[in-house]
Amino acid sequence: MSKGRTFRGGIHPIGHKELSATKAIKVMTPPAEVIIPLKQHVGACCKPLVKKGDIVNKGQKIGDADAFVSAPIHAPVSGVVKAIESCWHPAGGKVQAIVIENDNEERLDPSITPKGELDQLDADAIKTIVREAGIVGLGGATFPTHVKLAPPPDKRIQTLIINGCECEPYLTCDHRLMVEHPDRIIDGTRALLKALGISKAIIGIELNKPDAIEAMQRAAVGHAGIEIVPLKLKYPQGAERQLITAITGKEVPAGGLPMDIGIVVNNVGTAAAIQTAIQTGMPLIERIVTVSGEGVKEPQNLLVRVGSRCSDVLEAAGGFTGTPKQVIIGGPLTGTTQFDLSVPVTKCTSGILVFNQLKTAREPDPCIRCGRCVDVCPAFLVPTTIARYVDGGKLNEAVRWGLLNCIECGSCSYVCPANRFLVQSIKLGKQEVQAERHKKTS
Amino acid sequence: MANTVIVSLVSMGAMGALFGAGLAWASRKFAVESDSRIDDIEAVLPGANCGGCGYPGCRGFAEAVVTGKASVDGCPVGGSGVAAEVAKIMGVELEGGCERLVALVRCAGGRAEAKERAEYVGIDDCRAAEVVAGGSKGCEYGCLGLASCVKACPFDAIAMGPNGLPVVDKAACTACGRCVVACPRDLIALVPCNMYVHVLCRSYDRGKEVRDNCQVGCIGCKACERVCEDDAIHVTDFLAEIDYTKCTNCGACAAKCPTKAIIIEDGAPKVTSAAS
Repeated sequence: MSKGRTFRGGIHPIGHKELSATKAIKVMTPPAEVIIPLKQHVGACCKPLVKKGDIVNKGQKIGDADAFVSAPIHAPVSGVVKAIESCWHPAGGKVQAIVIENDNEERLDPSITPKGELDQLDADAIKTIVREAGIVGLGGATFPTHVKLAPPPDKRIQTLIINGCECEPYLTCDHRLMVEHPDRIIDGTRALLKALGISKAIIGIELNKPDAIEAMQRAAVGHAGIEIVPLKLKYPQGAERQLITAITGKEVPAGGLPMDIGIVVNNVGTAAAIQTAIQTGMPLIERIVTVSGEGVKEPQNLLVRVGSRCSDVLEAAGGFTGTPKQVIIGGPLTGTTQFDLSVPVTKCTSGILVFNQLKTAREPDPCIRCGRCVDVCPAFLVPTTIARYVDGGKLNEAVRWGLLNCIECGSCSYVCPANRFLVQSIKLGKQEVQAERHKKTS
Repeated sequence: MANTVIVSLVSMGAMGALFGAGLAWASRKFAVESDSRIDDIEAVLPGANCGGCGYPGCRGFAEAVVTGKASVDGCPVGGSGVAAEVAKIMGVELEGGCERLVALVRCAGGRAEAKERAEYVGIDDCRAAEVVAGGSKGCEYGCLGLASCVKACPFDAIAMGPNGLPVVDKAACTACGRCVVACPRDLIALVPCNMYVHVLCRSYDRGKEVRDNCQVGCIGCKACERVCEDDAIHVTDFLAEIDYTKCTNCGACAAKCPTKAIIIEDGAPKVTSAAS
């Protein structure tokens, strides 16, 4: 096999993917109660369309917002709205959420009907289907997909890149999707191409998933314009900018968007969700979640209804092997540690990882100026200097050193021999700068 | 030869006289009216240039007072003494008994009283901990105990106590307000230093949730509201707050508080009231 393309910088963490990479996707029994946060995407928070005591059907729209950058939410089960209350969000903080008690009838909403053949749908129809199905970037960023499909008129899109890298350790949900449902991804890709009015799509897959590459290549036969590109194994290859560089050799300008250089990137899971929305009419109410880590009895890939509690999902995976010390939602490098297992699975929950010991428990030492963080930074920054400016409260200086161009991949913290919390400082700095700018504009 | 000397002396002298007269005229014509009170006020200010008043340094504050933008008691560091002197310079009466302000940490849930829900590993900074899913404390309103206020204090007036909570040195505090800004949970307030009764809790949770997380939180039972004779304490959204303009330091609410979220500090003056 070819060596595969890649980008500059990055790290090679141990994958641990063998824990779940060969486990076929299992459907998890819907839990007795689901919690649907009203904000599961980047953009405006949804307003509830139902009230306490209402009977809802599976797939019924229960929350929406008027803003363009937003995505509606749907009931993943049929049942009764038990409450609308604030709950902990897996990404931190509290949000309003709709709690639905499952009546186990799986009663479909009348609005769930097939949307017709792809050939008969035009670009606007596809965009409407995507928006109404509440589809967001399933790679983890949860950016509403219909916004990506509507670039401003001065930006001409030439290429669609489908992200099948899954570069985070442990996670195998996209891998299994590519192996088991390559046709759905290809159909979703065709729908995306049609919505964008272009003909060229590139699907990037890392070389550690030869079975996925093979399955996708087989499914892509006969679809001119869809190309499968094997990529060298490296983290963070699945980050949007790094993937674009790896595949096309082009750089997204600092502070710009991929559409500035005529590219739109979507995740394989997003493509498959679009295919489902067109073929069956079912909105985004379930996703594949990798449950893994040494703290889980049976690591596996589960098809989980959005809103299932983290604890329910862990139970479906056989429970804990010992006393869990850390539970992470997402990948180990960019995910968020949870303190409460009652948090719900959202549209972006790619994995639930359980560890029996803390890997970062050592106190940080002073920076020894070894420059390893500079070597690995895929955004070409100097993490140690930026972090130092943030720690010292000199945000303007940090911005001058490129604070806002950080993609928060965590490579710097991973390689730091002094165990400094570099990416945490930088994340904090970014939030403070954004809060300050927000204050100035409002 | 002598002629050259005389000519140059005369011409230079004439030019000197001319320019001198010009400068004298210009200095009168373009004179900048400077208010002498600005200098006077600057002289009585502490001169720390801390910015606690909200103006760029002490001179900035002095100018703001003279132009009427700032009130005479606007210097938080100087307190009532400086305010009186500034008022004298400005020729105005100082309203009320302007009392010096001090910082107050409104959380009593230290290591012994409040529950931790997780172990926090990361930067020693409250703002950073708050970003990581709201820190490690069970109570989402409570002090995170990572000493951001201590680091922010330019006067060394706050230190971490043995219980993991910051302790304010009232004598050293100048009420510059840096700690108020540094606290991500808005726990620090500037209160008059002659006030001794305080509600040391900022939790808006319902009573049961408060009790689950902390032994000394305000549960919103309203016992304080009922016992107060001066209408100085009110419970809104399950949290008691004291109106310091009405409080008489009688301490009746502190005595009644079932969780001891209301405290009466040492040194409170004895007040004879019907309640005691």
